[in-house]
Amino acid sequence: MNIVVLLKMVPDVVEELEIAPDSKSLDASSVRMILSERDDHALEEALLLKERYGGTVTALAVEAPDVDDALFTALAKGADRAIKILGTSVTTSATARLFSQILPTVAGPADLILTGVQAIDDLDGFMAPILSRLLGLPYLGVVTAVKVADRTAIVVREYAGGVRGEFEVPLPAVLGIQSAEQPPRYVPVAKVRAAMKSQKIEAISAPALAQPTVVEILQMTKPEVAGRAEILEGSSEEVAEKVCEILFARGLLQKR
Amino acid sequence: MTGNIWVLAEHWRGQISEITYELLVLGRELARDLGVGLQAVLLGHNAQSLGSTLGGADSVLYVDHPALAEPTPEAYAYALAHLLTERRPKGLLIPLTNLSMDVGALVEAPFVNACKDVRLVDGRLQARCVLYGGKIEAVVVPAGEPTIFGIVPGVRPAERVDRTPPIETVSVPLPEVLKVRWKSYVEPEAGDINITKQDVLVAVGRGIQDRENLTLAEELAAALGGAVCGSRPVIDQGWLPPSRQIGRSGVIVKPKLYIAAGISGAPEHVEGMKNSELIIAINTDPKAPIFNLAHYGIVADALEVLPALTAAIRAKQG
Ligand SMILES: Cc1cc2nc3c(=O)[nH]c(=O)nc-3n(C[C@H](O)[C@H](O)[C@H](O)COP(=O)(O)OP(=O)(O)OC[C@H]3O[C@@H](n4cnc5c(N)ncnc54)[C@H](O)[C@@H]3O)c2cc1C
Ligand SMILES: Nc1ncnc2c1ncn2[C@@H]1O[C@H](COP(=O)(O)O)[C@@H](O)[C@H]1O
Repeated sequence: MNIVVLLKMVPDVVEELEIAPDSKSLDASSVRMILSERDDHALEEALLLKERYGGTVTALAVEAPDVDDALFTALAKGADRAIKILGTSVTTSATARLFSQILPTVAGPADLILTGVQAIDDLDGFMAPILSRLLGLPYLGVVTAVKVADRTAIVVREYAGGVRGEFEVPLPAVLGIQSAEQPPRYVPVAKVRAAMKSQKIEAISAPALAQPTVVEILQMTKPEVAGRAEILEGSSEEVAEKVCEILFARGLLQKR
Repeated sequence: MTGNIWVLAEHWRGQISEITYELLVLGRELARDLGVGLQAVLLGHNAQSLGSTLGGADSVLYVDHPALAEPTPEAYAYALAHLLTERRPKGLLIPLTNLSMDVGALVEAPFVNACKDVRLVDGRLQARCVLYGGKIEAVVVPAGEPTIFGIVPGVRPAERVDRTPPIETVSVPLPEVLKVRWKSYVEPEAGDINITKQDVLVAVGRGIQDRENLTLAEELAAALGGAVCGSRPVIDQGWLPPSRQIGRSGVIVKPKLYIAAGISGAPEHVEGMKNSELIIAINTDPKAPIFNLAHYGIVADALEVLPALTAAIRAKQG
């Protein structure tokens, strides 16, 4: 089974994000890019499926800061190929068009195309459903498990409250992964370094495609906050005392 | 008929979802400001009776088809695409829930994701979108119509209007065979405690860093007579069972006390706990969005604060 995983770099939100002077984008210098968390799950699911059914895993990404790290990490974890598309693609819908052109030729015939269910910077759609529409392939999203038998995948979709739904999806198909069946594997830095030495990322140039605006950003702002927590200051012990007072006042803690 | 505002009426297992009533309130504002009608779009099979609860809309467009009996995104998107082409509304509001989130993107129409508000400004529909886990918002305008707006839960307080709206049944030629087939529901494993019934919840997020550190939360929960729950990464790691996940794909809780330790406050998490009576957040990042919502905040290492809190409470309890 040949599996393609789409990997996207997104800003690490643990860092403070600053808005650029144009007030319509993030200040790139304030941003540290990391692999989208859901994509790590998509990669994990791809590797699990390869281990289970054989085949190959191809990681495909668009050029972005630190994307090489993510691609080498994918190779170190067991991906067979890593492909980087040179050039930039800003919006999800434009990137979907890019992938729909590139996938059949560059990555070879794929049985499964896995994406993360959603990235934190997505404004104009979800990649997997848009891509499935452009490629004319079946789609399912919010996926937490995949089993394959006879060119058909049994795919589990997650709903609220722990309820899941089981679907039959004929291959080839595009799936948006919510969580892999097991936590994404860890790979030691040394192994990533070794991959950097022994393996390579295939770089290909992007076909020139129109990038029409679907959603125009007028302004980016930090959220206006309705209320703000009262910050309790002091050492851990002092803070703990203050919390106890609050809990007493609310009857959540009884003095003895 | 063209130019109306539509709301996708989400229903699941025989019931209209609460978020549908939130979207109808927002839809009413937009329809009023635009001077157009508000219609609810109900897709299902033998589900017409649900339409009578959608009195917030001027009318209901109802499509009945066996393929719509279960929530198969492909069938829903097919029906929606047909309706959008035929009727050309100005905008369609769809709920960003695990059930409906991807239906909009399957349809070929401009889609605006993660809207926490939509307003009419200078004659154009303008959305405010939540990005980067709630740390940034973007004010945007879509480039074309009909526009599909994906709306996050909680956009307006839900409101039921006690009135039976007229229901128009629309026939849509769905394909005989769909590519994706719905098979069955899988219920969550029973046996765990029901965290929606707990007065006190100690919630842990990625900031707890390690499975072993969960003990710190368990000890605090035990001291307060509550239970431990968590954000998605903690459940993904297998440190807590899925029954303990709070948020969009987990459960919604309203305890008397919610202590959030090492949780950033991403929108998908906040949806599940924002109505807690008292929220105390512990986070090393003073800019973490959870502090915009918590009543009290502690900017510190949860691994230090949790045991200190447990000790203080134990001391008071004697
Ligand atoms: C379709 C969909 C559905 C989802 N459903 C859910 C859901 O139901 N529930 C849910 O929770 N998420 C859900 N998510 C995921 C959600 O978007 C966030 O990724 C998630 O809530 C983040 O969890 P977190 O706050 O634990 O982790 P992070 O966002 O990584 O935050 C960790 C926080 O810990 C702080 N921290 C680090 N170290 C310490 C320390 N020593 N002491 C104190 N603080 C520390 C950091 O400052 C940071 O703020 C969903 C996502 C999608 C796409
Ligand atoms: N620019 C991109 N490069 C690679 N993968 C992408 C890109 N945009 C979206 N994807 C894939 O689609 C998923 C969903 O992203 P999004 O549609 O932006 O919410 C991501 O997690 C990736 O797997």
